[in-house]
Amino acid sequence: MSEHEEHTTHSQGFYIAIGVGLLIGTATTVGAAFVNLGPFNPVVALLIATIKAIVVVLFFMHVKDASEKLAGAVVLSGFFFLAILISLSLADYLTRSWR
Amino acid sequence: MASAVIPANQAPKLNYLNNGHSLRSWLLTTDHKRIAVLYLISVTTFFFLGGFFAMLIRLELLTPQGDLMQADTYNKVFTMHGMIMVFFFLIPVVPAVLGNFLIPIMIGAKDLAFPRINLLSWYLYIIGGILITHVMLTGGVDTGWTFYAPFSTEYTNTKIVEAGLAVFIAGFSSIFTGLNFIVTIHRMRAPGLTWDRLPLFIWSNYATSLVMVLGTPVVAITIVLVAVERLFHLGIFDPRLGGDPVLFQHLFWFYSHPAVYIMILPSMGVVSELIACFARKRIFGYKFVALSSVAIAVFGFLVWAHHMFVAGISLYAAMIFSFLSFSVGVPSAVKVFNWTATLYKGSITYATPMLYAFGFIGLFTMGGLTGLMLATIGIDVHVTDTYFVVAHFHYVMVGGVLMGYLGGMHFWWPKISGRMYPEGWAKLSALFVFVGFNLTFFPQFILGYVGMPRRYWQYPPEFQVLNVLSTAGASILAVGYLLPMIYFLWSLRYGPIASDNPWHAAGLEWKTTSPPPTFNFEETPVVTWEAYNYDEIPDKELEAPVAR
Amino acid sequence: MPDSPATTQVATPVTAMEHEAHNPALLHHFVDAQQQKNAASLGMWLFLVTEIMFFGGMFCAYLVYRLKYFNAFAAGSQQLSIALGATNTAVLIISSVTVVLAVKAAEAGKRKVLVGYLAVTVLLGLTFLGIKGFEYREKFERHHVPGPTFQFTDTFDDNGRQIPVDSNEAQLFFSLYFAMTGMHALHMIIGCGLFSVLAVLAWRGHYSPGYFTPVENAGLYWHLVDIIWIYLFPLLYLISRHS
Repeated sequence: MSEHEEHTTHSQGFYIAIGVGLLIGTATTVGAAFVNLGPFNPVVALLIATIKAIVVVLFFMHVKDASEKLAGAVVLSGFFFLAILISLSLADYLTRSWR
Repeated sequence: MASAVIPANQAPKLNYLNNGHSLRSWLLTTDHKRIAVLYLISVTTFFFLGGFFAMLIRLELLTPQGDLMQADTYNKVFTMHGMIMVFFFLIPVVPAVLGNFLIPIMIGAKDLAFPRINLLSWYLYIIGGILITHVMLTGGVDTGWTFYAPFSTEYTNTKIVEAGLAVFIAGFSSIFTGLNFIVTIHRMRAPGLTWDRLPLFIWSNYATSLVMVLGTPVVAITIVLVAVERLFHLGIFDPRLGGDPVLFQHLFWFYSHPAVYIMILPSMGVVSELIACFARKRIFGYKFVALSSVAIAVFGFLVWAHHMFVAGISLYAAMIFSFLSFSVGVPSAVKVFNWTATLYKGSITYATPMLYAFGFIGLFTMGGLTGLMLATIGIDVHVTDTYFVVAHFHYVMVGGVLMGYLGGMHFWWPKISGRMYPEGWAKLSALFVFVGFNLTFFPQFILGYVGMPRRYWQYPPEFQVLNVLSTAGASILAVGYLLPMIYFLWSLRYGPIASDNPWHAAGLEWKTTSPPPTFNFEETPVVTWEAYNYDEIPDKELEAPVAR
Repeated sequence: MPDSPATTQVATPVTAMEHEAHNPALLHHFVDAQQQKNAASLGMWLFLVTEIMFFGGMFCAYLVYRLKYFNAFAAGSQQLSIALGATNTAVLIISSVTVVLAVKAAEAGKRKVLVGYLAVTVLLGLTFLGIKGFEYREKFERHHVPGPTFQFTDTFDDNGRQIPVDSNEAQLFFSLYFAMTGMHALHMIIGCGLFSVLAVLAWRGHYSPGYFTPVENAGLYWHLVDIIWIYLFPLLYLISRHS
């Protein structure tokens, strides 16, 4: 097996900084919820959530540092098939004439 | 179970079967080959249990009147038939028996990546099996194997929660098997065994495992929701409380349609191995066949709502799903065409495994083409919930999966048991299976087309002739299934000793002893050849590999 | 099946122990520790995918009903406490930091630091569960728990317009709220148990810079549970709060 997975471990300060960033993200989510953005409120909320999730995956779960891309591909495939489930289900619900 | 019996005049070899004889050495084993044997015994048990219910169905349908059983009983009988066959036989059968036994050997590994999780999978399967047996003995379930809400959540008074728990637990067995296979195939391959040298059986099991890992959790949570709904009446699937029963069908079929590919893909892998060996050729278009497995697994997730064309989904969604359903036909056709092309100018031997492979190609093609008919909305609306659908999926699941499984069992039996089965009897039973199968299920195409609905215990008298044919066929089919069980058991003691490679086949599993030692190989093999390098195996070895 | 008399047996059970090399953590069927580590890691990631799909079924149901009954979902959401939800989000994020620092300590072989961070993580997890329990209690008191006792008389305040809400539709919101947060809390409980066991094992010196895969994999699990909450929080607590 040639894949070697050596973490370039970051400093304690780096991880704490990431954590603080995530907390700021949470605060932003709450703040944005109180601003009337019309249909974009949920979009913004999910966008921030996704950015936070990506940060966690990349830095806390070390996908960014892993020399192999397999872990990233695996987790992406999960979200991909989840997207299929949701989008094709909604293809039904959003186009029903008898809602 | 099987202990390898070695005559005293031969040098005794240590193998996985004689490495420990206590019950404990079997029940606590982490050897993938022993776990495969445990699975073999348990899925065979459930197969005959499910088959028993199938015979009850066919006996009831022998006459137009409901004379053998009440309508309620009939509902339970076909439900138990479906649940046992789908969740406890078809889904685990090829991966858990043949896959478990062969995957590590085919890739030159000592075991699966997680041997203890592998054993855990078997125990989960058994716990689920005990639960479903308990449900069966204490009244059964009458919803059909699909648990459709709101009948399952609000109306039926049968043991939905317990049956759901059984399926939930068996589902986790399947998830862990798939996870184990994926990691094993990624991480445990022998040096030199690159992805484009893998046997197609590995590719197809890899694709199956993807579906197991990605799909099964969705049905698990769906069953949890059904149980919660049934216990607390929250309204998630109850239209009276604002819920949508069609949502249940979406979630259920998101797994349960791909589950069909969990069943068929490993058998397709088996057939690839058989055709290459008995046509003595490399599979035509290896890469296409390999990737078509993955394509089937992925496309399989895009088509689920073709089970719901009349359930109240939007017309737009029905069109999308109809269109997407056709797309699965492409990789399936790639496989069938490539198998046929492999046969062209091959030197074909009509050994029993090959007979099953031929049966598979013919019956799977029938099942697949009628699947395309059903993907067409117009036809599907006409024949929904008729015997046409029943015949279609039995052509795929029995004609496809079971043919592949039996072919594989005959092919690898010498490796698993170290003994040869009796070829004459095997050919006879293959004939029984093929004839019996077609006689059972072909009349059902006609029955469905002329309008006989499924899941009723009575029918108008004009349908009787075809139903009698079907029941007669089922009897022949039953003989065809009992015979292999008898002669396989017989061969354990009386069958001729198998050589390491009785078929002169390519593949790493034939390069170790029969049966293999506990850790599969004396030393880790280094692979320097392509898969199915039959042109490199000398011609003189080809002489009558079957005559024994 | 009994053996025939002609059989010669030389069977000695070969156990995994006899095959183990000098590294006591290396299982017999792996070539080396790196292969074992890579296998465990990939297995964990695949397990996380199954978790994504497991929760995914509920997210799908949530979306369908949210689109169908938006007003009821907004009214239900407005009955949840943003302060408690946001606090819990913060608790989880901090616990993710302590987990990642625990893994770092394990990698550096600092046993006591590792145990410390694991213990803090468990405490944070319990804090989360405590706050969640407090929220659940409040739901019970206000009859917002789905079932025969469910009552919902609140209206959806759409920029000053009071839109009455069907109590069945609001019950669907709370059904999904309890299903999703309940399943999440179950994962938290499992995670707390996991880290408690790891802390004990770490205290006993089971892990070394050469072998700390369980800590790493439990960390991956914890981060995923965190990510699921990151989505649950805005989806459940923050529907149409601007009105």
